[in-house]
Amino acid sequence: MLLSEQKPFDEILGYLEHEEKVFILGCDGCAQASQTGGLPQVLEMKERLKKEGKTVTGYHVADFLCQKALVASRLRPLEDTIMVSDSLLVLSCGIGIQCAAAMVKKPIHPGCNTINLGGSRGEWKGYERCLECGDCLLEYTGGICPLTVCSKGLRNGACGGASNAKCEVSRDRPCGWETIYTRLKETGRVDMIKRFIPPKEWNKMRPRSEMLSTPIWALEQRDGSREERPG
Amino acid sequence: MAFKEALESGKFVITTEIGPLKGTDISEIVELAKILKGKVDGINVTDQQSAVMRLGSLAVCSILVKKGVDPVFQMTCRDRNRIALQSDLLSASVLGIKNLLVISGDYPTLGDHIDAKDVYDLDTEQLIWTVNRMNQGYDLTGNELQGKTDFLVGAVVKPVSDTSESFELQLTMMEKKISLGARFFQTQAVYDVEAFERFMKQAAQFKIPVLAGVIPLKSAGMARYMNKNVSGVFVPDHMIEDMVNAKDKTATGLEIAARLLRELRELSQGVHIMAIGWEKKVPDILRLADLG
Repeated sequence: MLLSEQKPFDEILGYLEHEEKVFILGCDGCAQASQTGGLPQVLEMKERLKKEGKTVTGYHVADFLCQKALVASRLRPLEDTIMVSDSLLVLSCGIGIQCAAAMVKKPIHPGCNTINLGGSRGEWKGYERCLECGDCLLEYTGGICPLTVCSKGLRNGACGGASNAKCEVSRDRPCGWETIYTRLKETGRVDMIKRFIPPKEWNKMRPRSEMLSTPIWALEQRDGSREERPG
Repeated sequence: MAFKEALESGKFVITTEIGPLKGTDISEIVELAKILKGKVDGINVTDQQSAVMRLGSLAVCSILVKKGVDPVFQMTCRDRNRIALQSDLLSASVLGIKNLLVISGDYPTLGDHIDAKDVYDLDTEQLIWTVNRMNQGYDLTGNELQGKTDFLVGAVVKPVSDTSESFELQLTMMEKKISLGARFFQTQAVYDVEAFERFMKQAAQFKIPVLAGVIPLKSAGMARYMNKNVSGVFVPDHMIEDMVNAKDKTATGLEIAARLLRELRELSQGVHIMAIGWEKKVPDILRLADLG
């Protein structure tokens, strides 16, 4: 799940300042769930652009804009409409926008900002978040991740900024390390905090090279090749 | 007497601090160095205090060294990664800076560059650990240094907390910092001396110098503001009343600070006076407390 929000309308209009004809592309995946690029938002955007004197040549809401092969097959029947447009406005997450840009030889405008979920993955709505750091510390921290629960991501324990168990960064947010401490206490493992966690190997947080050369990755590369782009 | 020797001598140690200004005008720093020289055992120089961008602590510490004052170089983990931190430690060493105070640092959104990227590549404990490696002649990854450092490293502790978890956690963090090489502590400002005494009863087991923080009150409004916004600061109501009723607020603020100094003298190995704009009045406070 990637969470997005629409860019301010004035910013979008600024992108289209020197263009007249625009094609709108939405996404029925996360952007639909975010209510930023599903059919209702695409139709709304179409009306707003028309009011501003723009010609909306057409629109399409793809199932998953993040799947380039799918995007190519869905856009092919619309090729003529797309090619007479000056540009495409894409209402989706950053991946969808990039996929569209890879598949269509036209200027692409991002209609949304993708919002950082702070390590939340899937549809999980709770506090438990993972930054995919490659070197899990949960053994030492009561099963609560210090990288995501502490605003500063401190590994060895609390700073001195908490007030009434709330974080100095936002009083709406619990102090992560008081939460960890309480959990460790409940499970009789408070001494875990005394264990020194050495400097983190952030290098492990970067995607490994093999992650960039999976079969799916290779397939995407081929599907995204210049020759197969519509137009 | 240098700060380290003062700590080791067992005398009542007095430190204060200077917050560099935003800009290149150092006239006030030079003036303060003259006023405070010989009156205190060390002067902390804050590092982008409250996450507000200012002249750097390293440069100001170097100026103090030249003026014959022993500085305590404050280093936060907020703005520099491990490469920059270690390099600044080497720089500090060759500039004659001998004392460090390591802290995590207020989060950028609390300062005047709210869009800054926070770093925290190392946390406080990891930086203390790193300093000790450098004192032994190695950098963080184990490479040998050509010329090692010799820093006395200290840390901070919040002696009064509003939750029992926070209080216990602060003691645990203190113990951890000591185990990694911290050799002295300076504390958040203390107003509730009885609460500080309760903390010191627990902290006594660590047998390490604790310099109790003192911030002179300038007004009742300042006291209320700190109670509301500054973690670990609890100004009692009767002190706020004294400030409300004071005919001469400056005199009353200085007298309260001096009284705190006299009371804390019985409980800690020293005091750290954070004057926040009243640095020139620090000798007056010390005189009022019979320490000048």
